[in-house]
Amino acid sequence: MKSTALPLELAKIRDDIEGYAHQAGLDFFDVIFEMVPSDAINALAAQEGFPVRYPHWRFGMNYDQYSKGYEWGLQKIYEMVINTNPSYAYLMSSNSYVDQKTVMAHVYGHVDFFKNNIWFSKTNRKMLDAMANHAVRIRTYMDDYGQDTVENFIDICLSLDNLIDPSLPFSPEKKREVQGADETPRHLEVGKIKVDRSYMDTFINPPEFLAEQRKKAEDQSRQDKKFPDRPERDVMLFLLSFAPLETWQQEVLRMIRDEAYYFVPQMQTKIMNEGWASYWHSEIMTKKALTASEIIDFADHHAGILQMSPGRLNPYKIGIELFRDIEDRWNRGKFGKEYDQCEDFREKLYWNKNLGLGREKIFEVRKVCNDVTFIDQYLTPEFVDRYQLYTYEYNRRTGQHEIVDREFKSVKEKLLSQLTNQGQPNISVVDGNFNNRSELLLSHKHLGFDLDLKYARETMRSIFLIWKRPVHIQTTLEGRTRLYTYNEKHEFVAQD
Amino acid sequence: MIDGARRDHARFRQIIRGKIKQDLKKHITHTEMFGRKGKDVVSIPMPQIDIPRFRFGSNQGGVGQGDGNPGDPVGGQPGDDGQPGQGQEAGNQAGDHGLEVEFTLQELAEILGEELSLPKIEPRGAKTLKSKVDRYTSIASQGPHSLRHFKRTIKQAIQRQISTGTYDPDRPVIIPEKKDFRFRSWKSDVQQENSAVIIYMMDVSGSMGDEQKDIVRTEAFWINTWLRSQYKGVETRYIIHDATAKEVDEDTFFRTRESGGTLISSAYKLCEKIIEKDYPPSDWNIYPFHFSDGDNWSSEDTKLCIDLLKSSLLRKCNVFCYGQVDSRYGSGQFYKDLSEVFGKDDDSVILSRIENKEAVLGSIKDFLGKGK
Repeated sequence: MKSTALPLELAKIRDDIEGYAHQAGLDFFDVIFEMVPSDAINALAAQEGFPVRYPHWRFGMNYDQYSKGYEWGLQKIYEMVINTNPSYAYLMSSNSYVDQKTVMAHVYGHVDFFKNNIWFSKTNRKMLDAMANHAVRIRTYMDDYGQDTVENFIDICLSLDNLIDPSLPFSPEKKREVQGADETPRHLEVGKIKVDRSYMDTFINPPEFLAEQRKKAEDQSRQDKKFPDRPERDVMLFLLSFAPLETWQQEVLRMIRDEAYYFVPQMQTKIMNEGWASYWHSEIMTKKALTASEIIDFADHHAGILQMSPGRLNPYKIGIELFRDIEDRWNRGKFGKEYDQCEDFREKLYWNKNLGLGREKIFEVRKVCNDVTFIDQYLTPEFVDRYQLYTYEYNRRTGQHEIVDREFKSVKEKLLSQLTNQGQPNISVVDGNFNNRSELLLSHKHLGFDLDLKYARETMRSIFLIWKRPVHIQTTLEGRTRLYTYNEKHEFVAQD
Repeated sequence: MIDGARRDHARFRQIIRGKIKQDLKKHITHTEMFGRKGKDVVSIPMPQIDIPRFRFGSNQGGVGQGDGNPGDPVGGQPGDDGQPGQGQEAGNQAGDHGLEVEFTLQELAEILGEELSLPKIEPRGAKTLKSKVDRYTSIASQGPHSLRHFKRTIKQAIQRQISTGTYDPDRPVIIPEKKDFRFRSWKSDVQQENSAVIIYMMDVSGSMGDEQKDIVRTEAFWINTWLRSQYKGVETRYIIHDATAKEVDEDTFFRTRESGGTLISSAYKLCEKIIEKDYPPSDWNIYPFHFSDGDNWSSEDTKLCIDLLKSSLLRKCNVFCYGQVDSRYGSGQFYKDLSEVFGKDDDSVILSRIENKEAVLGSIKDFLGKGK
């Protein structure tokens, strides 16, 4: 294979940019840049950034789309960086030097974020190896059980890979590993009437009476004993622990679950991560790295990255502007009780206490926030106004999405509910022995958005294929609570 | 890493191929949806295949950015999160676009052949068609530098240096001069192939409507695709007829609409003339296809047609195919007349009735399933 090391001139540029990033206070893992041609970038992007993945058709489909997008000039992947230690970043060999510089600066921003943001603190930094190990194992299973069999099962597992618990890596009290079913029956000494004189015992508590009492108690305890004892967000873990799976299937499910957890922090911090990286490429390029002849190209590409199209929020743009807004507010002291209670518009506009706390503040924000808390704490009415944000709803009558309002409160609420749980439905296992027939009951916590029923049906099928007994889900659809069941006849039916 | 992606890409195409086979009937009857890419490649639109997950319905609203008053429609495509460009988690955003998969006509023919279990055609006649295949197996002293052959160039340079006595074994510096350069070059192989001609005939009288022509077009696409996969060089000729027949190009063939009567024999006569002039049956595999709605002017003309077939046409062709496209106006008499004479046992004539678009698949199987 051709060497992917940086050519000398770019290596020098890399050293410069790395120096600027250090000076600016960024704190990152070592970054290994590799220079690869466009089809390799497409291949890497198709495999979610990792050079070795298990065989699966979806990577091929991604590759098909990326390479067509590139060939037809519709899209171009400038950069990719993997959250590992050391971090690997890929540069596209056909890019111009000014692009490479920008990408490098951008990458150092990302890696600083990976290293310091709290939500990334639990991710496996040796994921490159883990992914490669998964690939080896899955290939072995394919040799043993057949490619179709294993690939079909992978499809089933992938269909559940958003049914995990994002808070789990941060809750030490929650059991992280596979649990065995706790089957030991409790010894029952219940229902016995207390007797002082032992010779009276057989009269007061005759065996028939005891047996009857014991049976009652057992029935009672079976009803009381919930399984799982509290709703389990990590549906994959629940299935891993209790579903009737063969060993290789368990292993596959476990690997898919591990990979899913790895990607969670990136989904939790999309706006912040891109905003932070864009903020820093802009800082480093405009203040340090650009030469006069490169300014136009840089400005052009930078504007392209931050471009907003109507009806769609660009995380790069929202992120960078929010970081800049925070920096400005903390530089000028535009926060706190005094500022909040000031009612003079003019005074507020020109508010400046020359605190100079901006830099410090944004470093703190990048450490402790994720997208939800970022928006929750730092989105201001002025910001919503300045960037013309609005909420929209689907109008059934016209068949179009239409603007509803520009109120700060509703924009913020809508944005937060979109970001909550990485934009995925919140679904838990409520009962693993539903109807006392070992059927599975899931519950969808409705937070303003209905489920897509067509997809729900197919997903329920996947769960059924793992659980092998009927699966139910409780959800709210158009304001009504309903129970849907996927049964053994492969029907998906609603019960009211 | 590219190998992995290529392997998965091949797998993906295999799955797509399977899906197309599954829904062959649907795809076969919608050839108008195929995009043509160059001479030998078509692209077939398919719904996106994806992994089902619990997700929110698409009509849920959200937050956007830009001008506009409450009540104004949102521009762009909300809910479509295919943000192109950068991203460290590029793989997570496939978007909702349909797929467009490309197939060569050869691959399509294979799919068709496998699904309908079409037999390979046993060609008749001598291999007369000469086809030239270029292979880069030769060396030339002229050529583009991209085809430079290093080893041969250096060898040439050493030879020259030794023969001119400038070669120094202690300091073997070899610098090729211009005349030392050698380049990879091609050699032409001539191969003998069987050749075939398809002669399409169609009734364009008033009773053949757009729907009927559409069916014929679809049939012709698949017949061409299949026969081209079986023969190296396939020629196509087109004859339209009402009361008279004339030869036209492909485009005119599917567009023309006349209002005259119908004399089928006129087409058969012209067909015979074309064969006589251009396609000696000893050298060519000949496939006449005739499509009509089954009306003919008179039973005498029908008789004339049958005589023409029996006396000369059938002896010259591999097989004669007649497809009757049912229409509201057609009587379907011609099919009955032909089947009375040629029946089921006669395998030099293949008859097929196509009631509607759905029946195209079955009729293609009728025509091509005999392996002739």
